[in-house]
Amino acid sequence: MIIAERKPLDEITGFIAGAGKVLVAGCRGCVTVCNAGGTKEVEILASLLRLDAAKDGRGLAVDEITLERQCDPEYVEELSGPLGKGYDAVLSMACSIGPQFIARRYPAQAVYPALNTCFMGGALEHGVWAEHCQACGNCVIHLFGGFCPISRCSKSLLNGPCGGSAGGKCEVSKDIDCVWHLIVEKLSAAGGLEKFMGIELVKDWKTSRDGGPRRIAREDLLK
Amino acid sequence: MSQGNASSPGGAAQGAPLPEAGYRSSGNLEKVLRGGHFSVTGELGPPRHADARDVREKARHLKGNVDSVNITDNQTAVVRMSSLAASVIAQEEGLEANMQMVARDRNRIAMQSDILGAAALGIRNLLVLSGDHQVFGDHPGAKNVYDLDSVNLLRAVRGMRDDGELLSGQKLPEGGRPRLFIGAAYNPFADPEEFRVLRAAKKIAAGADFLQSQCIYDMDRFKRFMARAVDMGLTEKAFFIAGVTPLKSLGMAKYMKNSVPGITMPESCIERLKGVAKEKQAEEGIRMACEQIEEFKGMAGVSGVHLMLVEWEHMVPTIVKEARLVPRPAP
Repeated sequence: MIIAERKPLDEITGFIAGAGKVLVAGCRGCVTVCNAGGTKEVEILASLLRLDAAKDGRGLAVDEITLERQCDPEYVEELSGPLGKGYDAVLSMACSIGPQFIARRYPAQAVYPALNTCFMGGALEHGVWAEHCQACGNCVIHLFGGFCPISRCSKSLLNGPCGGSAGGKCEVSKDIDCVWHLIVEKLSAAGGLEKFMGIELVKDWKTSRDGGPRRIAREDLLK
Repeated sequence: MSQGNASSPGGAAQGAPLPEAGYRSSGNLEKVLRGGHFSVTGELGPPRHADARDVREKARHLKGNVDSVNITDNQTAVVRMSSLAASVIAQEEGLEANMQMVARDRNRIAMQSDILGAAALGIRNLLVLSGDHQVFGDHPGAKNVYDLDSVNLLRAVRGMRDDGELLSGQKLPEGGRPRLFIGAAYNPFADPEEFRVLRAAKKIAAGADFLQSQCIYDMDRFKRFMARAVDMGLTEKAFFIAGVTPLKSLGMAKYMKNSVPGITMPESCIERLKGVAKEKQAEEGIRMACEQIEEFKGMAGVSGVHLMLVEWEHMVPTIVKEARLVPRPAP
């Protein structure tokens, strides 16, 4: 899923300085699962904004709403009613796709991202998430024991650990596992290290972001 | 050293003379190694500014003492004069450059372009590396590239030289191939230990003619690595050069032990420096390095030493003299 985290409160209050009425809009998709932008987080942010305004003696009306998904026009349409009430700003607590979809559908409405969209990953344990995919568009994890060196190696190396791998950790940070250490351990245990000696071909990045913004059109689903 | 203004038969500009039969480059380093001499390479870090005199000054300490000098490519991810420019300046000073190229900063278009340019300017050796991650440098907010990794970059260079072909399949004319002696790095001290020799094997399979190591302090681990490399026949396929960086002080030894990823520092080195007065530690470090070099000279599979005295280049004449590495074979 997409992992996001809330922006610092100062940055968010900066977006809405001078606003009298704001709508905090959550999303029940990925950001609910990663505890960044679901109903609960919408409630928390709305409360913080009210408190912040009250502290300064400003009048600020903050409404809350959580959409099923903000990356789907069908659900973004549900904002048409509420937005008729005339909000000075919408603070989207979806990944960055949400505020983009809202801004496109409601061009006159001021929309701000309340989250930073961080990466595609999974939960390692409660409260800890780690990147596992870079959406290169051509999955090769089966060649690497089920690990992704493109997203999980700091240098996206395809031919083994660099000289900075030490004690199973990446040279960039002790909080990052050296994915190549994991790959080598797994392939060694499976007796498959010699298979790995074949050189990986030069990666074709066309299917990644490098080929330009990507789009999928499924003929079978198009009406 | 001449800048290679000879013309090819077709009249096209030719950076370096064509290699003699049996050689891949027209360079001195390849001649020394294939001639069975114990090679000596040095290292020169380009300055963090545009004044060429800095390179010329460092080059003076190295000239006549090394067979070729590595010119680092924005090492530790700090912006410096480009390795190509500093390589050309070093060659003007009579050194033979071993131009380093890291995969961190440029994509395959820029790297192949620079390789063609380097060869056209008379560069004969190219050492390919992944590169230190930019978070360690002076521009930690930079975007890294890693379009190719070092292994695939080695393949690209070999393809240009031996097959006369860019990665795209675009052909290079016979007189327009980069005739480079191709180098790579090996690090017996990074983890996982059992994989390090296989990584070197991959680099050789991809095109490395010679390999230079990370700074060696842990001789036991290095010997284990070399024994395995010899067993696997790797030392028959490429030249393995041992990396030496003399310790200047106890503080440096401790820093290397605790803060430099991919270097192992045995307690014995620390203890030996502890036993020496502070003002004598640099001298002791040089002595330790000379003892190491003596061991490398007799070690199966080791073809030379790589002296990495970055910002301590003026000590190179001392160390080559004390380690009896001079005179060098005439180019």
